[in-house]
Amino acid sequence: MKIHEFQAKALLRDYGVAVPKGAVAATVREAVQVADEIGYPVVVKAQIHAGGRGKGGGIKVAANRDELEAAARSIIGMKLRTPQTKPEGQHVHRVLIEEAMTPARELYLGITLDRKVGQVVVMASEAGGMEIEEVAAASPEKILRAYVDPTIGFLGFQGRELGFAMHLTWEQVRQTADLIARLVRLFEEKDCTLAEINPLVVTQDGRVLALDAKINFDDNALFRHPDIRALRDLDEEDPLEVKASETGVAYVKLDGFVGCMVNGAGLAMATMDVIKLMGGAPANFLDVGAASAERVASAFRVILSDPDVKSILVNIFGGIARGDTIATGIIEAVREVGLNLPLVVRLDGTRAEEGKRMLAESGLPIIVATDLLDGARKAVEAGQR
Amino acid sequence: MAILLDRSCRLVVQGITGREGSFHARVSREFGTNVVAGVTPGRGGSDVEGVPVFNTVEQAVRETGANTSLVSVPAAGVADAILEAADAGIRLIVCIADGVPTLDMVKVKPYLAKRGARLIGPNCPGVTSPGERARVGIMPTYMFRPGGVGVVSRSGTLTYEAVALLTEHGLGQSTAVGIGGDPVNGTNFIEVLTMFEADPETKAIVLVGEIGGTAEEDAAAFIKAHVTKPVVAFIAGRSAPPGRRMGHAGAIISGGTGTAESKVAALEDAGAVVVETHVKLGEAMASLLRERGISA
Repeated sequence: MKIHEFQAKALLRDYGVAVPKGAVAATVREAVQVADEIGYPVVVKAQIHAGGRGKGGGIKVAANRDELEAAARSIIGMKLRTPQTKPEGQHVHRVLIEEAMTPARELYLGITLDRKVGQVVVMASEAGGMEIEEVAAASPEKILRAYVDPTIGFLGFQGRELGFAMHLTWEQVRQTADLIARLVRLFEEKDCTLAEINPLVVTQDGRVLALDAKINFDDNALFRHPDIRALRDLDEEDPLEVKASETGVAYVKLDGFVGCMVNGAGLAMATMDVIKLMGGAPANFLDVGAASAERVASAFRVILSDPDVKSILVNIFGGIARGDTIATGIIEAVREVGLNLPLVVRLDGTRAEEGKRMLAESGLPIIVATDLLDGARKAVEAGQR
Repeated sequence: MAILLDRSCRLVVQGITGREGSFHARVSREFGTNVVAGVTPGRGGSDVEGVPVFNTVEQAVRETGANTSLVSVPAAGVADAILEAADAGIRLIVCIADGVPTLDMVKVKPYLAKRGARLIGPNCPGVTSPGERARVGIMPTYMFRPGGVGVVSRSGTLTYEAVALLTEHGLGQSTAVGIGGDPVNGTNFIEVLTMFEADPETKAIVLVGEIGGTAEEDAAAFIKAHVTKPVVAFIAGRSAPPGRRMGHAGAIISGGTGTAESKVAALEDAGAVVVETHVKLGEAMASLLRERGISA
């Protein structure tokens, strides 16, 4: 789960990490109040989840009240397009107003999981403010790493080592090591998957603070963090994906025309691959999970509410979920939601034959495929017609 | 022989009084697996279809000599259940539960290493050795045949597909292992490949990977250096766009790493036959074995 920068900074403040003076505003009036209180110049930053906001005109500096009003007016309510948003852009509901500063130095600090090692890693670099992936690709030696021991935790010397390696003064090293330790604590206590501060700045007067903040959370751990769950912003998510997730169906909208319903994430991806191989394009990723009749019905509703879908391919390998149960679910769902698109079903596994017979005898216009290649071919052809 | 699981398996099912736990205990028994105990705290002294239920794993081990555990408990209790099994001296722990917080696994791993316990999963279909009649997990059993192909996969249903396709082409399996789709899992490709390479019964290996992370690239490097047996591989997710998590917490292409292209290239460079769709796994393995004059 992602959160906004202003929410991330509020969390940082809770953990004692220094951030610039500032507050969020939803209207121009609020923006003026905040800026007047902070004092000019200020930065006006659009609050959307996607990165690359500056490039799309979502971040502006205002030297006085007139400039602030103009900036806030242009950003609040805009459809901000960045390389990371959907092509039509993301609606901006709020801006973060902060004191503007010219930092003496811009560093990078990021905490994430190193899957290879199975441990949390702290990454730091003197090349802050840039795309860190680019730094990692071009000059990996510029990224310093320290691992968090799962039983002992992050240690003081590790923070000092990172600080000295970035050529900070002793006073700045002390602040940085303290800041890193606090950020690690936040990461572990709130089950983060990413806590990134880019840039981490040293101000002209030698203070170390988080100028930007990006924090993502482990969806699997949200059950124990009601405070984090409350920060979820549904406006930032695809409404169909939200609808699907409410019924335990994993759905990701894609840009093709063959709607797919599959059990198992790996098989769902493999099914998308076969559709592509057959000259088509998948309209979605959909893992119906343990395929009960209710889940199948809800998955159908989601697929059918996508106007881009021209045909549907259901691919189920019944292991634990039995073919006859799945067939019942499909038949019930089709009767309930109605169907005006070609539907191709490939059923295999436990009780597949019974399931196929039930589909054939249902009297519904369902195309039963002999195998997956056959099914994908038929679904692609039907969708192109 | 086979790997991980053989006839010496004495299985305790943690969460046996739950719907999934009791169902899979029954399927495993019907397959011929020795299910000796169940554990549900507070339900000790009862039984599930004749399998005695204990309050703790320690008790189950003491009373029944259980040496293998299936963890089928809700995600919030998974770390605790795994640690309990390891502490009780269980050597092989298979965790089928999904939705486990990643940082829980980060903390569990070093403890398991200290206790000398091996974990398969979480979020995995488990392990099945058909020739040994041993099944721990949730795999359907009807498509298995005893034989010489080892299967290792990050995905559940794709494991079943791979096994069914092998059987369809007259190729039996030594052991099928689903290592799970989470970012941090107990056992990785390399560990399973090491076991398959050392197992005399295993003549060839099917590896099923997916986008995200670098586990397949690491496996490829290991295959190149250490695996002499023929390998057929498939990577799911060639058509997946970057930055979107595809169901599995681990299946996400981010920062240019974890793409299908890089995994396929690495595996091909290691001498594996990589099929463009999983549907071809059985066919490709049959023709590769014919080519090499190996019977499996």
